[in-house]
Amino acid sequence: MSDTTDGLVLAADGRPLKQSLRRALLRQKIRALMLIAPLLLFVVVTFIVPILSMLFRSVENDIVPVTLPGVVTELAEWDSSTGEPPSEEVFRNLYIDLFKASEAKQHTRLGTRLNYEQTGLSSLFRTTGRSLDDIGEEWQDPLEDIDANFKDGAFWFEMMSGSDGDTFLEQRRDLLAEMIGESMAGDVGFVPSEQVAKMLPWTSRAYADFAIWTAIADNDVVAEEDPWEAVYGALGMDLTSPDTISAIGSYSGPGAEALQAAVANLDHLPQDGFREAFAAENGDWVSPDVWATIKLYSPSVTPGYFLNAIDMELTPDGIEQKPENEQIYTQLFIRTLIMALIITASCIVLGYPVAWLLANLPMRTSSILMILVLLPFWTSLLVRTSAWKVLLQQQGVINEILVWLGFVNDADRLILMNNATGTVIAMTHILLPFMVLPLYSVMKTVPPSYLRAAKSLGATNWTAFWRVYFPQSVPGIGAGSILVFILAIGYYITPEIVGGTSGVFISNRIAYHISSSLNWGLAAALGTILLIVVLGLYWCYDRIVGIDNVKLGG
Amino acid sequence: MSSVIVNVKRPDLLTFTMPFVAVFGAMFGFITGNIFGAPSIGLIGGAIVGAVLAGILARMTKINRRVKIWGIAIIFGLAGAVFGGLGGFFGGLLVGVSMGWFATWVGTGKYRAGVPTYYTPGQVLWHNTFLFICAFVFFFLIAPLIPVVWLSFNAENFFTFTPEMLSFKAEGYSLKHYRDFLGTDEWMVPLKNSLIIAPIATIISVSLGTLAAIGLSQSHVPGRQTMMAILISPMIVPLIISATGMFFFYAPLGNWLEVTLGLNQSFVGYVKVILAHAVLGIPFVIITVTATLVGFDKSLTRAAANMGANPVTTFFRVQMPLILPGVISGGLFAFITSFDEVVVVLFVGSARQQTLPWQMYTGLREQISPTILAAATILVAVSILLLLTVELLRRRSERLRGMSPT
Repeated sequence: MSDTTDGLVLAADGRPLKQSLRRALLRQKIRALMLIAPLLLFVVVTFIVPILSMLFRSVENDIVPVTLPGVVTELAEWDSSTGEPPSEEVFRNLYIDLFKASEAKQHTRLGTRLNYEQTGLSSLFRTTGRSLDDIGEEWQDPLEDIDANFKDGAFWFEMMSGSDGDTFLEQRRDLLAEMIGESMAGDVGFVPSEQVAKMLPWTSRAYADFAIWTAIADNDVVAEEDPWEAVYGALGMDLTSPDTISAIGSYSGPGAEALQAAVANLDHLPQDGFREAFAAENGDWVSPDVWATIKLYSPSVTPGYFLNAIDMELTPDGIEQKPENEQIYTQLFIRTLIMALIITASCIVLGYPVAWLLANLPMRTSSILMILVLLPFWTSLLVRTSAWKVLLQQQGVINEILVWLGFVNDADRLILMNNATGTVIAMTHILLPFMVLPLYSVMKTVPPSYLRAAKSLGATNWTAFWRVYFPQSVPGIGAGSILVFILAIGYYITPEIVGGTSGVFISNRIAYHISSSLNWGLAAALGTILLIVVLGLYWCYDRIVGIDNVKLGG
Repeated sequence: MSSVIVNVKRPDLLTFTMPFVAVFGAMFGFITGNIFGAPSIGLIGGAIVGAVLAGILARMTKINRRVKIWGIAIIFGLAGAVFGGLGGFFGGLLVGVSMGWFATWVGTGKYRAGVPTYYTPGQVLWHNTFLFICAFVFFFLIAPLIPVVWLSFNAENFFTFTPEMLSFKAEGYSLKHYRDFLGTDEWMVPLKNSLIIAPIATIISVSLGTLAAIGLSQSHVPGRQTMMAILISPMIVPLIISATGMFFFYAPLGNWLEVTLGLNQSFVGYVKVILAHAVLGIPFVIITVTATLVGFDKSLTRAAANMGANPVTTFFRVQMPLILPGVISGGLFAFITSFDEVVVVLFVGSARQQTLPWQMYTGLREQISPTILAAATILVAVSILLLLTVELLRRRSERLRGMSPT
């Protein structure tokens, strides 16, 4: 069929054979990839992405910069080592940010987050959140006394409205949307006046936040609603600035009279700033420690969770070990590793003889005995765990038998459950098939004649086993051990039920942080550390046995 | 085990059989004596009974071994019944069977049956000790399941044996926990959920997994190792980590489905759990199907193509029937993974998607009723069925590939 012209081998269609073959190979590769692609995509979306999102969660710290954007920017200039609370500017930003956050009910979340780092911050944010209105009213009442127009929502709307303020409004909208994690899209029905925004910067911010929230979240008409107390407070802030006062003097737009009246009666307004107002609410607000913590957790990425997960903490003076009595995770990691090792070791001790027997018996007998190994393997984990609960509890089968046989006094029954013993016994039973099966498949490949040859050459039983058979079964031990170890360190259900408090693993702590303490960042950090350990072991497993050689059910 | 056995001669009665059986008897005697608070009397009594038994049995060479064992068992059983009623009878029967078996096993020299004749006594002792160790491990594997099955017939609402149960009185037993299981929504709704979630998850993992396994088994696949590692990863990553990751990812995904697409909340809940379970089952499908494909003769597909079959026909008429056992056993693994899964469903699902394992888990934590044990027994029965199916399929597949050693 092929023709040779100019030394080139040609295929039937006249193309060079090499090219033709390459095309065929490419087609084959593409077909194979097309077959794999749907599953690969499925696994990546439903599994790999969630795992990555967990990794991301373990360093993510958006909540502080997103909830207190103004404070975070302003706080960058504050030096925590001076021992002084931050400037009035920071407290003004705090008031604006916090008021908005408390309207959106986000301040408690922020408090909870910061409470992980410094106890007491949760209640500080919660109680202050309740009294933000009172702080605003200190300015609202005198302002309304000066000019009754300030009582009127429509008056405020008219004063703040104007033209060219769209960019400003969008900025505020973005900040708000980031804070609550929703788009906040929609028509606000309010366009801020650029002139007023320049003249009254604080007031405009507070009023824009109020307008967006009223229109989008509450679905009300901005002009018909009375502004937040924060708007009055913000006007108070503006009225302390000489620039604003001179600008108001030459201002003639809507509300000019009321503003000028306010400027004329400045002595009616509170003379103290917002730092004093916050300090009056709670003395902790002027504590440099509190601010040092907030500043420390201002960046949107933090190593804080990871440090917590290894019993360290981030302090203004750098990374430090936690106090002795708060160190739990290192210990828990060590305990998890030790218990997983004990479980692996007991699985080897129990599994090795059985695997040897199964591999050396005639096929017919061994497949019947194999069922005894496979039955627990196929039985629901919950069934086996409940079996061990039935057996191990104080009134359980083992204790009853021992008491009946007279080996144990009724009064001092053995405590086999709710401690490390229970976890080790139950998990050894549950994971034993995972040791026996790989061991069996390796031992099956060792020819029995080697052992006989060694013996016929004069080796004792022990020497023949130890020098000839055992080395050949080591890959099986390696495979089984790594499998059991990996499964053991990530176990959750069994330790939770039979482990009590002293027999639990790191995974129980992760579950606790997910479902009870809601410290998800810490849970993610603990999970990430565990994942790294497991992937390391997995890599070893791949080196020893290869992923392709994983076998199931013998 | 080689079959180098010959007619083993009987060991010496006085210096070998009698002492050994006496020691064995002393052990039982000690335990029995301990029940009545007199272990030393039991010890001596047991030793005497053992020695006498060995002596008598040695005389009765004519009688079949099995008959001897059962005879002794019944005698011991009756003796037990005198002391402890029906429960004592069964206890005695058990001791009798063990004693009879051991006495005849040692007495007739059967203990050397499995070892070559040239073995020294020490080697024989080790060989038999080894077998006892193995027997113990098998016992350890299976025995924990027995009390669960037994206690599921308890007439009381306890997790422990009642005196009535131990003396085998009819009033100690009942099927009420099974009635509770089958008759209440508390258990039937989770069962229904499990039966909705597991099959759908299985179908997803089997259909995608089989296709991918076929793709992976082609000869030229770029990045095969990496893709394999990704596809196997759900099995390697500890469940708690998968669950944590899914918790973070599926909650916003669910919100998005509900809010943006306006889907029903309960439907979205099922979708989340099914997707999560499907991905957990995929490694099992991949592993079993690729293992089956190793033995698949590729010239068959070429032959089919040669005769004019298009790839789809070739797949369904030639390839599929041959790899079907692997696909089915992979599917069973995927099914059991989903059916038995509790950590992920706890994290991802809501109360509406409560599955059977979830309900059992809650029950075990709060220890509400032995209905859990009835559920466990039913699950054991199901797993026996599944195990048998997988075994049969595996044998069939090996036979088809001409690999069966039997």
